[in-house]
Parts: sequence; C-alpha cells; structure tokens
Amino acid sequence: MKLKSIFLAAAVAAAFASPAAFAQAKEQFFPSLVYRTGAYAPNGIPFANGYLDYLKLVNARDGGIDGVKITYEECETGYATDKGVECYERLKGKGPTGATVFQPLSTGITFALTDKSFTDKIPLITAGYGRADSVDGTVFGWNFPLGGTYWDAADMLVQHVGKKEGGLDKLKGKKIALVYHDSPYGKEPIALLETRAKMHGFQLLLLPVTHPGVEQKATWLQVRQQRPDYVFLWGWGVMNSTSIKEAVATGYPREKMYGVWWSGAEPDVAPVGEAAKGYNALVFLAPAGQGQVHKDIIKYVYDKGQGTGKKEDIGEVLYNRGMVSAMMAVEGVRRAHIKYGKKPLTGEQVRWGLENLAIDDAAIKKLGFTGFMTPVSTSCVNHEGEAQAKIHTWDGKKWVVQPDVYHADNSILKPMIRSSAEKYAAEKKITKRDCAKEAG
Amino acid sequence: MLYRENGQFKSTYASDQQMLPILQDRVFMMALLAFAFFVVPIVTSEYVFLSLLIPFLILTLAAIGLNILVGYCGQISIGHAAFMAVGAYAAYNLVLRVPQLNFLVVLVLSGLIAAAAGALFGIPSLRIKGLYLAVATLAAQFFMDWLFARVKWFTNYAHSGSVQTAPIELFGWTIESPAEKYLFLLAVLVLFTLVAKNLVRSHIGREWMAMRDMDVAAEVIGIRPVYAKLTAFAVSAFYCGVAGALWGFVYLGSWEPLAFNLNLSLNLLFMIIIGGMGSLLGSYLGAAFIVALPIILDQIPNWLGVPISTATSSHLASMIFGALIVFFLIVEPLGLARLWAIGKEKLRLWPFPH
Repeated sequence: MKLKSIFLAAAVAAAFASPAAFAQAKEQFFPSLVYRTGAYAPNGIPFANGYLDYLKLVNARDGGIDGVKITYEECETGYATDKGVECYERLKGKGPTGATVFQPLSTGITFALTDKSFTDKIPLITAGYGRADSVDGTVFGWNFPLGGTYWDAADMLVQHVGKKEGGLDKLKGKKIALVYHDSPYGKEPIALLETRAKMHGFQLLLLPVTHPGVEQKATWLQVRQQRPDYVFLWGWGVMNSTSIKEAVATGYPREKMYGVWWSGAEPDVAPVGEAAKGYNALVFLAPAGQGQVHKDIIKYVYDKGQGTGKKEDIGEVLYNRGMVSAMMAVEGVRRAHIKYGKKPLTGEQVRWGLENLAIDDAAIKKLGFTGFMTPVSTSCVNHEGEAQAKIHTWDGKKWVVQPDVYHADNSILKPMIRSSAEKYAAEKKITKRDCAKEAG
Repeated sequence: MLYRENGQFKSTYASDQQMLPILQDRVFMMALLAFAFFVVPIVTSEYVFLSLLIPFLILTLAAIGLNILVGYCGQISIGHAAFMAVGAYAAYNLVLRVPQLNFLVVLVLSGLIAAAAGALFGIPSLRIKGLYLAVATLAAQFFMDWLFARVKWFTNYAHSGSVQTAPIELFGWTIESPAEKYLFLLAVLVLFTLVAKNLVRSHIGREWMAMRDMDVAAEVIGIRPVYAKLTAFAVSAFYCGVAGALWGFVYLGSWEPLAFNLNLSLNLLFMIIIGGMGSLLGSYLGAAFIVALPIILDQIPNWLGVPISTATSSHLASMIFGALIVFFLIVEPLGLARLWAIGKEKLRLWPFPH
C-alpha cells in the first residue's frame, strides 16, 4: 500500500507518455522551452514568438531546411529550473531523430541541462547567456554560447565606462555598483568584474535582488547611500522595470545606468516610459527594428494568419533576438546537412554543424539579417564565435543605437575561462575532448 | 470477501506486533514491492523515471521527514527545505573535501549534519507553539538561503553560486542511468520508510504523539518535552537532509541555493496536508499528488490534440490543480490516506455490508 502511488504514477504515465510510433518522416524536431507565464513572461513572450516565427518562416518560405520540414513544440518552464528540466525530458526524444537543439533562455536551466548534455548528446545554444566558461568546447562539448557570454558583456561595459571617463586608468577610485538578479544569471558577471576591479582599482558594490525582483527598496537605499559612479543592471523580467522605477524614485541618473543585453528591451523601459530616458544597455546581435527577414515573416507567416504573436510587436528587441537564435540553430542544421546529407539529423550531427558555423557578412545578407546579426564562426575549441556588442540608449520612445562597437578583451577572459572550465571538468570527472583528433 | 482477516489468529507477541497484521496486506505489499523493484524498471520510459518517479521518491522521503515533525509531533514547520539544503550542501562538501568516503556514509553524515541544524532550529519550539512556531521556522529557511548564497566556502567559490556533482559511485557501481537511479532511490526510500514506521510505533513515536495531542498532559505523565520535541526536529531534519542530498546528487546534478527555496518548503507542507498528517502512506500519496498532477494536467491538452496555446494550457493546469486541492480537502480534510483507510474499511465488509 505504501508504494501504491508509484504504481499509479507509472500506470498513468505509461498509458499516455508512450511515444507514438514515428515513421522515419523527413522532419527535424525543434523543442522550444518558453515562459509565457509568471514574472518573466513580459520578456519571455517576445523571445518565444520570434523563435517560433522564424521556424514557421523557414517552413513556409523554403519548405523546411533543405527540404527537411521543421516540427516544433513548446513547453512552459515559467523560468523555473525544475520545470525546465522536466520540459527537457519531455521533449528530448520527440521527432524522428530526437530534439535538435535546446535554447532554454535561462541560465539556471542551462546549468542543469549542461549536466545532461553529456549523456543525451543534444547541443545547447545559449546565445548571450548561460555559463561563461562554456566557450571552451573541449570541456563543454555541447554548450554553444554563440555570440557572447556574461563575462564578455561585463567586460564591454567596463570598457565603455572607462572610455567615457577618458581611459580605463581613470576608473581608479570610482565606484561601480552591480544590481543583479540573485541567481546564477546575475552572479555570472561578478568574477569578471572583480578581476577588472583589481586591475583598474575601482570599487565594486554587489547589490543582489531576490527573485522575482519587485521589491528593491533596500537595494536602492544602498545606492542612495553609497552614490556609485555607475550602476550595472543585471536583471530580467519585472526586475528591470522595477529597478529603473526605483532609480527614478531615488533620483539616480538614468544616464549612469547600464544594463546587460537582457536588461535593455521594450518591456524593461516601457512601463517607466518618459522617465527612463537616458537609460543605456548593451545590444547583443540584434537591435530593435525591421529588415528583409521581417518582411518575409509578415508576408509568409502573418499574412497567412499563422503568426505567433501580434503583428505590431515584430521587430522588438527580444523578438529579434529570438529570431536570431532560431536562425543560428537552423544554420547549424544546414551546415551539418553538408556533411551528413539532407535528412533528419541527430543532436550529435547537429553539433558538428554548430561547431563549424561560418556566418559571415555575405551569409547574413543572403539570410536577410543585415543589421540584425554580427558574423559568427565557431570551431570545436571555441564554441562562442566572436563576441561584439554596441550600446543603445532609450530616448523615451525607442532605443537609439550608439556607433561604438566593443569587443571583449580576450587576454583577460581566456585564462579565466580555462581555469573555470578545468575546475568544472575536475568536479564532474569529465575527460576533455581532443579536437585535433576529432578533426582528423 | 477477499479482504477479511477472519481466521488469522495471533498466538505470539511477535505476530501481534508485526507491521502489517493482516495477511492480505502483507501479500499486497510484497507484490507491490516486487512490482516496483522488478517490473517498473523494465516497462517505464526514461521520461517517466526522470520527471515523475525520481522526484516523487525523493520528495516522499522529505515528506516523511516533515510528517514526523508536523503529523506525529504536532510542531508546524514551514522551513523544511532549509534542512534539505543543509543536507545537499553538506553532501557536496563532504564529497568534494573527503573524496574517499563512500556515498552511503556521505548520505548518513549529511543527514546527521542536517539533524544538528534541525535540533538547533527546534529550540524555539520549547517556548512557542502553533502558528508562532511556524513563523519561527521560517527563520531557518531564510537563514539557510542566505548562508548558502553568501558564504562562498559552501559552494567551493563557484563564481555563479551554482554547484555541480559527479554521478554517484557505490562499490564500483556508477549510478547513472534513470533506471539505476530509480532502483537506488527506491531501496533508500524503502529502508527509511521501514525505519520511520518502526520509530513511530516505538516509545519515542508515542512520546511525539502524546506531545502532539496534549503537551501538558504528556508532561504530567512523565514525557520530557525538550527531549520529545528536539528528537522530532532532529529525526525530521535527518530525513530531509538525506532527501536534500539525494535531490542534489541524483535528481538535479547541479543546483543553486534557489533550488531549496520557500516554495519547496510549502510544497512539502502541502504534500503532507493533502496526503494525510500523521500517516506514512499519506506522505507517499501527497508527494505523488503534488509531483505528478501538475505535470499530467499540463500535458492533457497535448495528448488530446487540442490546439491551445502554451500559456493557456499552463494557466489551466494551475487552475485545475488548485481546484483539485480544494476539492480533496473538502471531501476528505484528513487527507488521501484517510480515503484509503475508509476504502479498506468498506472492503472488509464487502460484499455483505452487515
């Protein structure tokens, strides 16, 4: 009688969860972990819409990837790690060849899935988030932080404020506060900022904000007392707009606030409106706006009534980022088709494609992403490609992109990534990949 | 007709005191254990293992722990995830710093460390009761959240505060596949259930229940409240500590302090309220209810092929889940275990009600 419930759970699940027998259809399955509910929904929805719309576009315009139709299914994670893992388990075996690639859009979920990737052999694209040390493809064989990590972002922000002060050496004696989401996401940049603080002699104030971030009075009281010269904001969901509101209430100048690329979209500033004017954030890959690919999405998807979201929201910052993330996954599959043939591919085969991505300016133009994508080329050792970003500023109505382009300083990042990856490999007892051997 | 103990005479003390006095129960239990150990690993899919059975087994263990304190000793706690966190981080640090230890030893040690923490946070229970105590146990929750998020030593100076573990090795057996994890957890759970069952039937369990039913009367008949309450806290935290270590090592594999937040504490409390307080079976039923139901509800539209949006289906699942909780509490306020007991009573008379 004690274990009756096991029996029940098993019986119920076995009755329903047995996967339908898939014929070897010419389909490539894209799982989509989304959060359309909860405190992070304002940011999760546009990203999920962009992601799905691009997949729909590839199906409608090109008839799939090289003739292989894309199938997809969403699963709601609510930004919760345990729910995300459940979704992952639910979706990983679907489709004729299993899930192609996961993009959880949550650093916490990324940490949990990284562990599973080694046995499941499904790549994980974490464009602009996830583990900073997962750039190292020899240890993190399945993670792809394409286009940038939080260490890159923190490094670029320090460079930017250094430039504003007239040189990085002028940062000596300054105070920089990091207002961060108290989760792996928000804590990720601390290691780099501490290194930079030691190098340039600025003081780093760490101000954590607990999930979901709607209560920040105490944090901003500290900002008021300490008067930092700059505030870096590492928030997500409602936390971002709350921070900016608190900054307004405290009288902290928005011009001195810099958000990471996840703290710089419309839902973050729109609730504050005019008062958020002057707030800055990094732009990662895609700024707001519309280009050729958006026209295609409207023509092939929305005009046929297949759109995921509202037509007016096409071209928002996070929508574009979701679209670019989907595009990189699709291009990874396309690249792998060259080696393995135009058929449904397994996660392991897609990984090869992602490791050999070469999206240059010509390819970006061909895809219709001009202005919404920076070149990315990866290898077995380097899973990131190149990281670069600009800063954009909210003028009260829209985001205005500033011209300066920033690159992370690899002389600082490389040793940090190596030591952190080594530590991970030791703790998890992972044998490193030999990239030279795999290529041969 | 089938379920009737007529003719089962007890001629020794041992047979009178055995755990399941009715033959049919013993047969049923054996069959169930055999099914759980031998059939389930073969027929179950990986998804069911990883998403339903493994969290179910671990949370049942934690629910048993909380049930010992709340259900048997009557001390409300809404901070029991904190003791799971203590267990998890204790196990992490033991494995990290003393790698030669066998994982079973680690498990027991981390349970003991959690027990010490539990006894410490149980001290206020000597002075305050009921809801006031519940609020005091919140302190444990917030203190542990703070401790593991801020004191970097516990997380081995991980830059994002997230720790990871290697797969468990026991005597050369690496527990890696879902079925292996399930079997290991099931063995641990069966063992701990046996211990708990015997604890609550022994003198100490009776002391707890006396404390729960009326502490003044219990004191008058010679039960020391300090001893009774603190042992309940310690044993309860021990169970939660072991469950926490398993949650970290077997289920999550890598976790952040947020994994053991207030939400989990409340979920544990809901499990024993819905399952049945003061009943080990209730811990099982409650854990199954809380773990499995939201997941199943969430997937129903998909199975039926109803095209509804992810957000709607997720909202619907929450609403139905909430409604079901209210429904069960109205139908049977004493929990699912009580429903089971009523069913058994009815079965005894069936098919001749008189």
